[in-house]
Amino acid sequence: MVRDDEQVDSMEIDEKKQQQLEAPTAVPEGFNTDYLRVYYGKLFPYGDFFKWLCYGNDGKHPGCDQSYVGRREFSFTLENDIYLRFQSFDSATELESSIKEKCPFKIDIGPVYSVDPSKRHAYAQSGNNVFVPVERELIFDIDISDYDDVRYCCSGADVCLDCWPLMTIAIKILNTSLRDDFGFSHILWVYSGRRGVHCWVCDSRARKLSNEQRAAIADYFRVYKGGENALKKVSLAGPVLHPFLAQSYMDVLKTFFEDRLLLSQQLFSSEERCQKILDLILMKGLRRCVEEIVFSYTYPRLDMEVSKHMNHLLKAPFCIHPKTGRVCVPIDPSNCDDFDPAAVPTLSQLLGELNATGFQSDSDNSLERTSLGKSISFFRTSFLHPLLKACKEELESAYNAKLQQSKNSLNW
Amino acid sequence: MEIVRSPRQVAAAGAGGLPIYKTAPQLEVRLEEFELFAIDRLRVLKGISDGLSRGKRPEEMEKLASELWKTHMRHQDPAETLNKDIISHFVLRLVYCRTEELRKWFLSMETTLFRYRFRLESLESQRMLMTEFQLPYKALPHSEFEAVKDKLSQVARSIGQSTNVEHVFFKVPFEEVPDLVASRRVFLSKGYAYVAMSQLVSLVVTQFRCNISKALALTNRKWTAIIKEQEKDRLTPPKDAVDISLKDIDQLAKSSFPLCMRHMLDKLRENHHLKHGGRMQFGLFLKGAGLKFEDALAFWRVEFSQKIGPERFDKEYAYTIRHNYGKEGKRTDYTPYSCQKIISATPGVGDHHGCPFRHFGEENLRAALNKMGVGGHALEEIMDKVKNRHYQVLYFIAIGLTKQYDIPELTGLCGIMKYTASLHINL
Repeated sequence: MVRDDEQVDSMEIDEKKQQQLEAPTAVPEGFNTDYLRVYYGKLFPYGDFFKWLCYGNDGKHPGCDQSYVGRREFSFTLENDIYLRFQSFDSATELESSIKEKCPFKIDIGPVYSVDPSKRHAYAQSGNNVFVPVERELIFDIDISDYDDVRYCCSGADVCLDCWPLMTIAIKILNTSLRDDFGFSHILWVYSGRRGVHCWVCDSRARKLSNEQRAAIADYFRVYKGGENALKKVSLAGPVLHPFLAQSYMDVLKTFFEDRLLLSQQLFSSEERCQKILDLILMKGLRRCVEEIVFSYTYPRLDMEVSKHMNHLLKAPFCIHPKTGRVCVPIDPSNCDDFDPAAVPTLSQLLGELNATGFQSDSDNSLERTSLGKSISFFRTSFLHPLLKACKEELESAYNAKLQQSKNSLNW
Repeated sequence: MEIVRSPRQVAAAGAGGLPIYKTAPQLEVRLEEFELFAIDRLRVLKGISDGLSRGKRPEEMEKLASELWKTHMRHQDPAETLNKDIISHFVLRLVYCRTEELRKWFLSMETTLFRYRFRLESLESQRMLMTEFQLPYKALPHSEFEAVKDKLSQVARSIGQSTNVEHVFFKVPFEEVPDLVASRRVFLSKGYAYVAMSQLVSLVVTQFRCNISKALALTNRKWTAIIKEQEKDRLTPPKDAVDISLKDIDQLAKSSFPLCMRHMLDKLRENHHLKHGGRMQFGLFLKGAGLKFEDALAFWRVEFSQKIGPERFDKEYAYTIRHNYGKEGKRTDYTPYSCQKIISATPGVGDHHGCPFRHFGEENLRAALNKMGVGGHALEEIMDKVKNRHYQVLYFIAIGLTKQYDIPELTGLCGIMKYTASLHINL
């Protein structure tokens, strides 16, 4: 079941790759410390990454909280599964040197705590002086292996262009709802590197949500209740659907199901598959039944636990997936139909590209010379810059409000 | 609160008919009512507890709560009902603040009671209550309502309600109604939830619960500060079910008798005599504690004989005892005096009955309390209460509750409360 990342046979080899492999600068597929060292040395976007997580607090404005970024937890998974938790950094330079030095196979981002995580032992578990999460992005983790009971082309860690649309559906539905229903604007979608997607909602309103509120949002999105048989676990109660579900059905699910899934998943191709559907029909009325079938096969399945708890760690964007070698690149939700996981740059591919254009000391140039450049560019223009602009405005107005308040309290 | 005989001041009415028990009332309370009110409320809460454990549906619970309230708490005069409501809640707060388990139970039942009472209030009353809870949500203006009307209607139908029932909606940040969001019972747009008036109940109830929870914790802290650990160890709970016998009296006097009774026993042993007031107050107390007629006769004879001889005792005093036990005259089975009666007595020279907290001078009271082993901070607290004329009442309530209504958790509480002066109800 485990894909051997040293071999290339299980990956699709298209023409471009063929060319690359034959080029003199091509690098054999793989994932190891040497490759990673180059990646971390030349390509990992420390600056952008750090700027993101500062949320504007790295500025000079008096309203900036200089302690903010140092209270963020990171965790590193090193070679040999050595796991380092509660790493924290006060500057981009610190972050950069630590990553370059330790060369982690995986980097996770945790919450912002009340105090620097490295000093947590000095603080109590309860009372006034505590070590608790105080801010954390609203996150979602969607894994295609959660759909194994309704996809017939692959199973487990595999993913292909026939079942990947399930992820596309999830992105569309959640992205729309997060914006339209919940009013969030700064949403980052990231390929998890193998078989799923992660969502980071970075509005300050989202970061300040309590565990209870996060659970409420996750429950709002939940339809599939899990368990052995998905078909029996989707129960849409009520004479009509809630506007959110109705809209999801009409705008996204129905079309996908009719145009693509029905055919690509061959839902009626075997007696067993038909029986699954027949079982449902016997239990309910037909129209509601059709809706439930469609929902069962297509509606997003979230990992509830990931979203509910502030202290849950999630893999950082721009990491490399050890099993596939692919970079965890951002996905553009407005063009997610075109996203192809097989076309995501791999570590070896990037190194090959660096080779091909010659090494230069200017790291900015390195990025642009590779396939990663596009992703970084997208990250900056669609996500980072609007976010930082909003953060700056918020910091400034919060600061001014505080000033005004203290002025008012001084007035007799 | 003061224990008086004068007519009651009407409690200030909160918004609508539903108090939210934010602050303890400044009320004059009759002593009997203290106990009775608390017991009646407890009946309501226990009824609700039963209903919940039987898994009654919300509609059934609403009906049950309403009936329980009508049966046990309602008075013809709504002002009286309100008084009883408020007083009983605060008394029970004192009783139920002591342990985690008691607090949890009380909080749960009071919240449930409040939820169903709120549902039955008028729209106007509900709106006023919302303001009291600082839920400053403004109703949706007509234009906005029209814009989202269809969606609201769709949501209503999706949760099995008929449309066009609700016209009043509130725009609330989604963070404040997580339950409604989680169950998709509201329409969401741009970060706001469109909450129906009927749904706001859950918001209000959550606030209520939060407030009472905090208040209970605070009450407990204050209580603990007043009563020291050593008091708790020294005192034992009263011997309830077992009737006292002759040989027990002295022992029990030290451990279980109220100050007034102990005082009278001391004086009786000292002077071998008690005047009429004392004979009545103490005699009936002993009767109430289960002293049998024959034993009582023997008890008094032993003492009095030492002064006036057994023949004179039989001739002049035995009759009263027989009368007390319903063996003479119209054979009334007299019961012990209430605190109120005792407090309102007017002991004269040579009398030892009445209430020491009221009738003793400061010097004598200090001495008496010192003799019982009460000193230091506790003593000062008691003297302070006495100065403010707050008399010993809670002890009797606790006794009443444990004996008659089988609430074993409170037995320990009685021991704690005994011999401390009454606590100002504003805890």
